[in-house]
Amino acid sequence: MATEYDTAAKTDSESRRSFLKSSAALASIFVAPGVMLYQTSQAKSVDQAVDNSVRWGMLIDTNAMTESDVDACVSACQREHGWKDTGNPETDAQWIRKVNLLDRETGHKNSLPMMCQHCEDPPCVDVCPTGASFKRADGIVLVNKHTCIGCRYCMMACPYKARSFIHENLKDQLPVAPRGKGTVESCTLCVHRIDRDGANAVPACAEAVNSAGRKPIIFGDMNDPNSEISMRLAKLGAKKLRADLGLNPGIRYQGL
Amino acid sequence: MSSFMRYSELKVNSSRYWLVLGVLAVLVLAGLSAAHYMESEGHHVTGMNNQIVWGLPHVFAIFLIIAASGALNIASISSVFGNAHYKPLGRLSAILSLALLIGGLLVLLLDLGRADRLIVAITYYNFKSIFAWNIILYSGFVVVVAVYLWMMMERRMQAYSKPAGLVAMIWRLILTTGTGSIFGFLIARESYDSAILAPMFIIMSFSFGLAIFILLIMASFKLDNRILADCHLNRMRKLLGLFTAAIFYFVLVFHLTKLYGSQYHGVEHFLLVDGGIYTTLFWLVQIVAGNLLPLLLIYLPAFNQSKKALILACCLVIVGAFAQLYVIIIGGQAYPLNIFPGYEVNSSFYDGAIGSYTPSIWELMLGLGGFAASILIVFLIMRILPVVPEKLPELLPDNQAF
Repeated sequence: MATEYDTAAKTDSESRRSFLKSSAALASIFVAPGVMLYQTSQAKSVDQAVDNSVRWGMLIDTNAMTESDVDACVSACQREHGWKDTGNPETDAQWIRKVNLLDRETGHKNSLPMMCQHCEDPPCVDVCPTGASFKRADGIVLVNKHTCIGCRYCMMACPYKARSFIHENLKDQLPVAPRGKGTVESCTLCVHRIDRDGANAVPACAEAVNSAGRKPIIFGDMNDPNSEISMRLAKLGAKKLRADLGLNPGIRYQGL
Repeated sequence: MSSFMRYSELKVNSSRYWLVLGVLAVLVLAGLSAAHYMESEGHHVTGMNNQIVWGLPHVFAIFLIIAASGALNIASISSVFGNAHYKPLGRLSAILSLALLIGGLLVLLLDLGRADRLIVAITYYNFKSIFAWNIILYSGFVVVVAVYLWMMMERRMQAYSKPAGLVAMIWRLILTTGTGSIFGFLIARESYDSAILAPMFIIMSFSFGLAIFILLIMASFKLDNRILADCHLNRMRKLLGLFTAAIFYFVLVFHLTKLYGSQYHGVEHFLLVDGGIYTTLFWLVQIVAGNLLPLLLIYLPAFNQSKKALILACCLVIVGAFAQLYVIIIGGQAYPLNIFPGYEVNSSFYDGAIGSYTPSIWELMLGLGGFAASILIVFLIMRILPVVPEKLPELLPDNQAF
């Protein structure tokens, strides 16, 4: 025999069911086109592995960059990946930093953004005992946060001081940049953008300083002779930092 | 005297023995709790940072690991080179070697950012990494020395102790080469990047391991009032002098080679002239206290019969060893990377600046805990297994086998 209580419960569950139904329908109407668009906009599908037909690189024209440009690169990277200055400069992570240079002979001053140089033969990858430090086929050097044991040997081996160790507990991490205490991290060349946008991708630091009129940071495929970066490198040349080590970095600097 | 050596467990039951054991156990527990604290809080509670990424725990760990390799010397000399005088001490030499290695590995492991990922470290290997090779070399060494020890102790297996000793000796030479190469292979840092670091670490291992070994046998024989004739100590005293002089030679060649190339003048000037604590440690503790004073105590006729002088020499060698490793490991990192030659450099990430490092109490506790664990293992095993000879009287003629 149905009690008043049962009837109320039934009405409740019916209204919940219809609410769920309509929200699911609404969600599909709004989300589905997005998913479709997202898939078609992809340069490659998510299950397609990267290959070495491309090599991502970055050309930085230090003469075209002002100090505030470099600061803008740093802030953009912080916003994109969620790392920040916590007031402990010795232990805070810095994926990208502003380096100020003074040529002792000529007095020429420069500021440039300095980060992982994404070497073709990265010493950090050579020395990593577990293989957590690795280079993707498309030239991006990354750390696998699941297999990094926090030994810091890569930091000892890196000639560019590009890597940071996470010294404390973190909160409010961003989905595109998972980070974890006790592991090592560095610039990812905004790999999440590259995997999403393919050849149209622009890393956050480049996006922050490039505008319609000027482009101090050119990002692109160094394997494609017709890409902007390749043509510019062919025409004007550029410097590899610590070229003597023979690591062939993917980040190149003009104006040094 | 019988034609074979008798070994027996230490029969000490004195309160002093238990007190030593208790103190060591407390140090081990303190080390473990320091490691737990560092692990749960993160490494910001230590003195280590993004400039000095390896600190005091690594000084302790590498000291213990290379001393482990050297501690096996006495066993090797008897098994491989057939020197019967050292044979009675072979078992103890192997035990000390095992214990030091375990203590060193404990410190190295517990300092990892993710020590909980031990299983990852032993299941994922990058064979181009000297560190990965070392994981295999260190764990293999434990097995090789354990087998070797068994062959020395089990009468039926003694025929095999020579080949086992040979394997153990070659293994530890490779192991110490691997440990030296952790630094030798670092092309980017001017203070390392040298093939000589590998043989230098081998000779350091001989000296540091022997210094600990001499102190250990003196302590263990005295604890149980066993006879230990001076001639045995004198042999090792001379050996220690030789190894200490050899370290001095390697350090000299290392720095002279670096001083010859002008690109290294900066780093050499830092370490040898104006590096503050590193320069002081180098000259006063490593060279004077760790090399020259022990050589005087060993070779000067006024001291060369004195046990106290020998004890002091061993202690000084150990203190010098810590200074040497501190200068190599931490001083080497403190000097900035030369990314932009010819430029004056500064940045928020300490480019161009000398790295600063003040060891924290937690790191010291972890390091001492590892050292204490090694000694604790040795003292426990000496009481459980027959590894200490019942007596070592005056030297026997060379042809008499034990």
